[in-house]
Amino acid sequence: MTTDVEAPPPAKESPKEEGFLTLFLKNLWSANTVTVTFLSIFLALVVGAILIVVSDSAVLSKFAYFTARPSDALGSSWDLVSAAYADLFKGALFDPASFQAWFNHTGSWQQAFGPISETLTYATPLVFTGLAVALAFRGGLFNIGGQGQAVMGCVFAGVAGFAFHLPPGLHLIVALLFGLIGGALWGFLPGFLKARTGAHEVITSIMLNYTATLFLGWLILQKGVQDPTRSDAISKTIDSSAALPALPEPLRVHLGIVLAVVVTAGVAWLLNRSSFGFELRAVGANPPAAKTAGMSVARTYTLLMVVAGGLAGLGGAAQVLGTADKLTAQVAGNIGFDGLLVALLGRNKPWGTLFAAILYGALRAGGNLMQVDIGISLELVTVLQALIVIFIAAPAMVKAIFQLRAARSARLGASMSKGW
Amino acid sequence: MTEPTRSGKPQIESLSTATVENLTGVDAPTRFWNRERRLGAGITIIGLLATLVFGPLAKSETARFTLSTDASGAALSINGQVGTILFGAISIALGVLMLTGKARRWQTLLLCLGIASFVLAFLCWQVAGKFMPLVDTLSGSVEYALPLILGALAGVLGERSGVVNVAIEGQFLMGAFGAALVGTLATSVWAGLVSAMIGGLIIAAMLAVLAIRFLVDQVVVGTVLNLFALGVTGFLYERLMQPNALKYNQPPQMPRWEIPGLADIPVIGPVLFNTQVLVWIALALVVLIHFALKGTRWGLRTRAVGEHPTAADTVGVRVRGLRYLNVLLGGLIAGAGGAYFTLVSTGAFNKNMTAGAGFIALAALIFGRWTPFGALGAALFFGFAQKLAYFLSVAGSPVPNQFLNMLPYIATIVAVAGLVGRVRAPAADGQPYVKS
Amino acid sequence: MKAERQEIPLRLELRGITKRFGDLVANDHIDITVEPGEVHALLGENGAGKSTLMNQLYGLLQPDEGEILVDGEAKVFKTPRDAIAAGIGMVHQHFMLVPVFTVAENIALGAEDVRGGPLGILDRRRNRRDVLETSKRYGLPVDPDALVEDLPVGAQQRVEIVKALTRDVDLLILDEPTAVLTPQETDELLSVMRGLAASGKSIVFITHKLREVKAIADRITVIRRGRTVATATPDTSEDELAALMVGREVSLEVSKSPSEPGRDVLKISNLVVDDDRGVRAVDGVDLTVRAGEVLGIAGVQGNGQTELVEAIMGLRVSRSGVVEVDGENLAGMSTKKILRSGVGYVPEDRSLDGVVKEFSVAENLVLDMYDRAPFGNGFKLNPKAINESAAERVTQFDIRTSSAASAVSTLSGGNQQKVVVAREMSRPLRLMIASQPTRGVDVGSIEFIHSQIIHERDNGTAVLVVSSELDEVVGLADRIAVMYRGRILATVSPDMPREEIGLLMAGITGAESAEEEEAE
Repeated sequence: MTTDVEAPPPAKESPKEEGFLTLFLKNLWSANTVTVTFLSIFLALVVGAILIVVSDSAVLSKFAYFTARPSDALGSSWDLVSAAYADLFKGALFDPASFQAWFNHTGSWQQAFGPISETLTYATPLVFTGLAVALAFRGGLFNIGGQGQAVMGCVFAGVAGFAFHLPPGLHLIVALLFGLIGGALWGFLPGFLKARTGAHEVITSIMLNYTATLFLGWLILQKGVQDPTRSDAISKTIDSSAALPALPEPLRVHLGIVLAVVVTAGVAWLLNRSSFGFELRAVGANPPAAKTAGMSVARTYTLLMVVAGGLAGLGGAAQVLGTADKLTAQVAGNIGFDGLLVALLGRNKPWGTLFAAILYGALRAGGNLMQVDIGISLELVTVLQALIVIFIAAPAMVKAIFQLRAARSARLGASMSKGW
Repeated sequence: MTEPTRSGKPQIESLSTATVENLTGVDAPTRFWNRERRLGAGITIIGLLATLVFGPLAKSETARFTLSTDASGAALSINGQVGTILFGAISIALGVLMLTGKARRWQTLLLCLGIASFVLAFLCWQVAGKFMPLVDTLSGSVEYALPLILGALAGVLGERSGVVNVAIEGQFLMGAFGAALVGTLATSVWAGLVSAMIGGLIIAAMLAVLAIRFLVDQVVVGTVLNLFALGVTGFLYERLMQPNALKYNQPPQMPRWEIPGLADIPVIGPVLFNTQVLVWIALALVVLIHFALKGTRWGLRTRAVGEHPTAADTVGVRVRGLRYLNVLLGGLIAGAGGAYFTLVSTGAFNKNMTAGAGFIALAALIFGRWTPFGALGAALFFGFAQKLAYFLSVAGSPVPNQFLNMLPYIATIVAVAGLVGRVRAPAADGQPYVKS
Repeated sequence: MKAERQEIPLRLELRGITKRFGDLVANDHIDITVEPGEVHALLGENGAGKSTLMNQLYGLLQPDEGEILVDGEAKVFKTPRDAIAAGIGMVHQHFMLVPVFTVAENIALGAEDVRGGPLGILDRRRNRRDVLETSKRYGLPVDPDALVEDLPVGAQQRVEIVKALTRDVDLLILDEPTAVLTPQETDELLSVMRGLAASGKSIVFITHKLREVKAIADRITVIRRGRTVATATPDTSEDELAALMVGREVSLEVSKSPSEPGRDVLKISNLVVDDDRGVRAVDGVDLTVRAGEVLGIAGVQGNGQTELVEAIMGLRVSRSGVVEVDGENLAGMSTKKILRSGVGYVPEDRSLDGVVKEFSVAENLVLDMYDRAPFGNGFKLNPKAINESAAERVTQFDIRTSSAASAVSTLSGGNQQKVVVAREMSRPLRLMIASQPTRGVDVGSIEFIHSQIIHERDNGTAVLVVSSELDEVVGLADRIAVMYRGRILATVSPDMPREEIGLLMAGITGAESAEEEEAE
């Protein structure tokens, strides 16, 4: 099992330069994983562009006389879309202008690296929630409950962050552990129910998502949790000793991203090099055979969901301890569901998930700039994220659209939930 | 069993071998903790909870259940504490009756009565010293249940033919959005309803193509489609509706229709016969789909395709075609359910306004065991829970409304985890059909 | 059913039918002619391409080349609907019945009697009447109101036949119809087939059982590796047919020395086990297997063998009774513990229970011991040890694979089975349980696996072989226990005449056995 995103099959060194090139191009254009991924992103951007255009009344009005002067409509459409996607890029990676300013000493390095910092900040919790989904997938479970697990992670880590008062360092570790435990608890329930009663984890964990959200909504209004100076639903602020150390203001990126990389490596090791990983892969691929060979499927399901829940819980903890610093009803945002998309985009492989999370973080960071700069709603990013995964999930469709040569390319979730 | 003794002399010697056939007649001795006893134990426990915990907590004041929408008029009254303990005791009695294992035939009835008594005990505790307008509560429950019924019916259509529909939430959102947008533009509630159905259809079509044609895992694609719908409607809302609500987001409201005469029946009249047209449509669909599934060619084939698609294929049933048809029909129905949110409930579209109702509809579908009437019952129960949560939070109950809102979710977990017994999905639910 | 319809026998011709799945040629220019009113047997090994061929005839698959002629007219069957319309019906090996439907609903499906025009309301009365009429006409008793899931296999098969007959077919394909029947039920089915042929229906009978072919067929087409190798008549000898079928002279005998049984290893007393539906499947079984002997369990599939073996392995909870290995009670032990106490287990369903197809050969070879030294320490794996051991096993057990790192799904059935056998024989064993050890396995691998089983016996292991192929049991076993409806009816010597064992498999013991005799 490789842990990397599958690279294009390396073209063999061939005697003739020409042969090498053709071979390379052929391989590139055949429907391998990387090509499908890029084409999916491209297709999503195309659909996004259409949405941008049709929702802009100024541009749309020019389409009214399209037959008379098509250049008007097309030109203004192009201007709008290119401005939007340029912002997406600038907000996610770097803005040449601010680099220029830094070199000219008219701006700071913080401004130059701001976009990357934002990208990594948004990516951090998604790495954890993505891994929570990816790992469960490999064990044959569809962990749609990442959202609830992340919310519980937020709750536990947040409460540990402001209710305990411990020395720096120790406090952070305790708060992170609490987040992990909160998520693990919320993962344990569906895992245990699946193992004991066969209740489908998708149903139980969907239900637990909403239960967790409602619980959070209740909790932050309680005495001792709610910020005493506020009347709205918001908790106290966590102690600075529990916060994940961040780069100097205004950069927001924090230690969480380092933790995320370490955890990714850990999950990759767990999956491929550990006995538990062997078990979970066997159970994921063929539960009856695993059982016949002496493995305990029930134990594996339970443990797997505990681990997956713990990962999502860490994601929630990273959110609270790294960026939010207090609990609100929306503190977990959509990180659980986004994690699902991230795992699918990363093809349920640990390092793939890490890269997918960074890509989604980048879209999100870029989307912020797009919204502020030219007023195109951040929601476009959600559309793009979902579309990318839709296209990736159906490689046959992408292939059909681009007339790709048929090549081996893994179908998503083939070993997945067989009905309820 | 088949006896080779039917009139007329068989041309060919019979194939029957009675010896082997008897094999299925051997019944295993039943375990003591069978389903009925487990259910009985559950009912007894909640009965004890009501009697011993709610009872002492309840105020010894009159609880009034008025037969109107406010405090006025005739009312059913009972002392709160007495009522709590009384209904708790009834619940215990029913549970014990089930525990004896002597009332197997009445199992479902006893279960429903047991839960109902528990709910009544809870209400007596909460309403003691106050009043609860029954008509308002019931019509509110029906109204909350309305989208759930339609969503669950969409699920029934898809899942009975073997396609899992997790995208009900997305269909609701698209429906709600389409209804608001077109309803406003056309200033017609009916145009709004039709475009709501088309909104649901769009998501259904994506689900169908991806799941049936491209064999993508149905649960995965449903989940992703929910996010897609969330994004698209949110995006268009912020681009179109937010800047110019007057032009794009002020749909007309669905009228209430009153049937003269019938509407004057106490309690039931105002709840059922002076209500949204959509309620009637939903109820009619429940009945229609129930009978169509049972008694028509379409229903027989749908069920066959959901249970054993290969068998259906070998007798010439178009498996994929039927699945497409049913998923798309479901999309139309779920889209209509989405119209509730903008044309009935709030009067304008808002980002993520369905807030998980699609998943409660999914829960209702499972809770109702994939049958139209089961789904209706579950949807009404969940609608009641929502209405109750709202009522109690307004009435200043000590029970936080968040916990009451959890009720549908927790009930579903309990249901699928087996307390309510074998919740069995159609055998081929979720499996794409590939010819081998 | 329109009784007045004239029975016109149908003449079927298949010309040059070719079907490929990727690189595999499943059918290679097959020619077959079925004359009106004849019983035409299609004989071939598992995987020879018989079912693929018939699925094309029935419209479930489309041939890549070749044509199908019905009464001299070329036809294209895109779906089963087309085949049915042309008068062709099929009874599949795995019954195509919806378990939660009634018999009448199953028979109606796809050809429903409806009223109400476009509403399509089911006319259940007419539907029921049609079923009873056909049932009576052909003497195939079925209860239209029974739920199919409640019916035993024999009755389900009758439903399938009635289903085909109500569709007015003139040619009936029966795909391995006897696999699930007792010898006596088989005989009854054969006489039904004769009757149908006499009433003018043509029948294509797919099987790999020589005896049945000889008993019923008018003509025999032998298929090997996707090609027609011969068309024979029923007076061809069994040896000759077998040779045609497998392509070389095969010894149906397993060569082995007489056993030298030692101590009692496996002792089962009064074991009672239920199946998944809670129906009693094993009903008070007593068995002893001694070191150095092979005990074979003969019986028609579905008489409790599966549940018996699963109960021994701790995969299924037994209701009562004792299972002991060398005096140690296995009750309450996990499967893992049982396996590691020296019990080897080859499960009956290889692809479901035996291998993880997505895993490599190497990983499958340590599926049982991945967390034990030298392959791991319970926490992490030791890939080096896993790969080294795999290379060794691949050679030792003659596993034909491009590499030990290839996924098991790329291997042939026989080589997949060798992976299972290799894994199970890599531990020191006291007891070896092999369920259907050669099902769906090519002849070469069968011989190899049989010799490995005998080899294990000669090393002093107690061996329990369960097989629904009587030939296999007779060939391997030193003693044969016949299982019928959850009980061991008798334990006999493999030298007993196979007709008598067959009667036992049908549940007929001593006194009654005289009444029925095969008139061959």
